[in-house]
Amino acid sequence: MSTGEKYVAAAYLVVFAAVLLYLVIISLKVTRLERDLAELTELARRRSDG
Amino acid sequence: MLSCAAAALVLLGLGLALLWAPEDADQGISQKIFYVHVPVALTAYACFGWAAWKALRLLWTGDERYDLESYTGVHLGTIFGVLTLVTGSIWAKVSWGVWWSWSERQLVLFLILFLFYSAYFMLRYSLDPGPRRQRSSAVYALFGVVLIPISFLAIRLAEDLIHPVVFTRDGPQMSDSMFATFCVCFAGMLTLAGSLYRVELTGKRIDERVRELRELLDAEPVRQHVLTEVRS
Repeated sequence: MSTGEKYVAAAYLVVFAAVLLYLVIISLKVTRLERDLAELTELARRRSDG
Repeated sequence: MLSCAAAALVLLGLGLALLWAPEDADQGISQKIFYVHVPVALTAYACFGWAAWKALRLLWTGDERYDLESYTGVHLGTIFGVLTLVTGSIWAKVSWGVWWSWSERQLVLFLILFLFYSAYFMLRYSLDPGPRRQRSSAVYALFGVVLIPISFLAIRLAEDLIHPVVFTRDGPQMSDSMFATFCVCFAGMLTLAGSLYRVELTGKRIDERVRELRELLDAEPVRQHVLTEVRS
């Protein structure tokens, strides 16, 4: 692989890695929101039960 | 649907850029960075422009939902801004032999634009949530948009530039196949940004509603206690 090809690969990989990282962050956020919602549902259920 | 279109266009653009578009006679293989760097940079401008438009709508109508939309636009614009600076530095290193050139107005103005919008988050989180924060953030986002045409036109105002000029008044200075590849890559990056914008905005809205719900549930025992006290 020539030097130019290495730099081209690096530029494309940076963008790919950023999109991948973004998807990981979003999935972690969705997991947190799911946990928060489950917690709030449980709290609301306990309140309604008395 | 938008996510599928984004994935298809990005993959098609990648294939065209690496396999179909011819190598540049002057720069060789390193010119292929153009197909990722320029669409990412233009998408960053589009995100900041979108954020400013939403900020204007907020100031014009007073509708609170534009605040989150403007914030999400700045958020995504900053991410694409980082990618612009990184891919631009890689291209500069292989073409000019340096990672950065302070004498290039285009680069410096983009850095100023990026730092300006990075400071947006400091302003936003230094204020308490509410109308004041919404208005201040909107005014800031709106001021930043002024830097976009300056940054965009800087390359044409510069005299001693080494940054290449591709789009001139005579049209794109490249072959038809190169221009077609660029258009696909740009469309891919825009749809990717649109798709991420929708996901991010939905996430932020749900986050806000969960917070409101938690506050309501936390406040409920206190409200019940006060009502009992008043009745007794």
